[in-house]
Amino acid sequence: MRDITMGQYFPGNTVIHKMDARTKLLAVLCYIIELFFVKTLAGFALMAVALFAAIAVSTIPFKMVARSVKPILILLAFTAILNLFYTDGDPLFRIWKLTATWQGLELGVFMMVRIALLIMGSSLLTYTTSPILLTDAMERLMSPLKALKVPVGELAMMMTVAMRFIPVLVEETDKIMSAQKARGADFESGGVLKRAKALVPILVPLFVSSFHRAEELAVAMECRCYHTDRPRSRLKSTVMGARDYVMLALMALLFAAILFGTNRILWTFIPTV
Amino acid sequence: MSSVEARGLTHTYSKGTPFERTAIDSLTFQIPAGDFVGIIGHTGSGKSTLVQHLNGLMKPTAGSVLIGGKDIWAKPDEIRALRFEVGLCFQYPEYQLFEETVYKDIAFGPGNMGLSEQEIDARVREAAALCGVADELLERSPFELSGGQKRRVAIAGVLAMRPKVLIMDEPTAGLDPRGREDILEQVGRYHRESGATVLLVSHSMEDVARYAKSVLVLEKGRLAMQGSVAEVFREEERLSALHLGIPQVTSIFRRLRAMGFDLPEDVFTVEQGEALLRPLLEGGRDA
Repeated sequence: MRDITMGQYFPGNTVIHKMDARTKLLAVLCYIIELFFVKTLAGFALMAVALFAAIAVSTIPFKMVARSVKPILILLAFTAILNLFYTDGDPLFRIWKLTATWQGLELGVFMMVRIALLIMGSSLLTYTTSPILLTDAMERLMSPLKALKVPVGELAMMMTVAMRFIPVLVEETDKIMSAQKARGADFESGGVLKRAKALVPILVPLFVSSFHRAEELAVAMECRCYHTDRPRSRLKSTVMGARDYVMLALMALLFAAILFGTNRILWTFIPTV
Repeated sequence: MSSVEARGLTHTYSKGTPFERTAIDSLTFQIPAGDFVGIIGHTGSGKSTLVQHLNGLMKPTAGSVLIGGKDIWAKPDEIRALRFEVGLCFQYPEYQLFEETVYKDIAFGPGNMGLSEQEIDARVREAAALCGVADELLERSPFELSGGQKRRVAIAGVLAMRPKVLIMDEPTAGLDPRGREDILEQVGRYHRESGATVLLVSHSMEDVARYAKSVLVLEKGRLAMQGSVAEVFREEERLSALHLGIPQVTSIFRRLRAMGFDLPEDVFTVEQGEALLRPLLEGGRDA
């Protein structure tokens, strides 16, 4: 359970760490959209270089970022295989009734690279931004929606609470599992039904303590006069600075390079197009 | 009754990440079978990490643990059987309760051992009686009980496995003085009646002095001191350098000695102190 790295924050003191969370959120959003506009190898190379540069600046070990792709490896392989066989085009090889095509190979590889870069890009965001700053940024970016009666404040509060309690719940699950294991509980052997049944001794105590915690948290918030219908001020309000505008400009530049640069050069590995 | 031994026991959390931290570092000690050992140390000294290694919940990153002279990781498949031999009761064990009735919850451990129905029944009733869980509570839901009662039920759940080595990680945390004494008495009784080796992790020097025969002192993951209760609590200066104290009654006797009274140094419980002081005080009144 302790090996969950997605969403873990690695404190640091680099430009990327200090950047306004709103900028980082917008930049990642922008990066993801750009990934879907890329059509050529050159374009993917450019996108990868941009991401690796950002990782290098953040001083997060590349290994840690690459590790975030691990949980979706099966999904990646599945996507690649589907694309390989289900794309029409020039035949590459045949297995039984399935024909692999050059175009399929290209599409499959592109899709894999796209998803891998997407995951790595967003994990860089969560590695360099504390969850509290991140939800804060979401709240502020969504605040125009308040005019449409969207309960932005409540949504942000729920997100903050949820994020704040992920590590607590993980730790608690760990503890309860250990306590039951100490009484000889067996989570690793047996069929599906037996394994599902073996979860009861973990889930029941986890539910009980979660409800307990929710109640305590609600009381604590009410004691400090928390109200959702009042405007809330911040202890540390961040202001966008030069580095934020430079970052956003760079992202726009990258977008332009993709649309008007690399997508125009037909540098792909299909033999004849 | 099994001996407990650690040889160069080391555990490093999150190896290879920026969060790398060595919680226990080359611990080597021997606890003879049937001993009652207090484990003390400042918060974060590695006590909880240590005890989780002794029943195989955590695997050492280096070194080994021997129970009854056998390396517990020699046969990884048998680690579950080991947990019935080495009972571990966590801090705030009441959070592990999950069954519909108190009876079923205490029976969870023995049930996992694959015992017969009669044997389970006998063990549940024995453990409940030992921990002061009244018969009429057995059919109630554990979630209806008071905090102290829940704690007893959870401890009974561990004792029902009749472990040869019993490890209690701060069993009295968060209880009132009366509840503390009851639970420690029950642990003491289990120790006397079954002859089991008992390891008691505690913040209370009084509790350790009163129940334990020997003491292990941890400091920043290393073994700082080991010895009998008298040997360890004699070294007040060293203990206070480790942010630990000595029992209050011991420190009173030490101060009385410093004032020139002819009293022994090795006084660790209030009863001992009373037996020594009462004759003096009453004698004084007569004179």
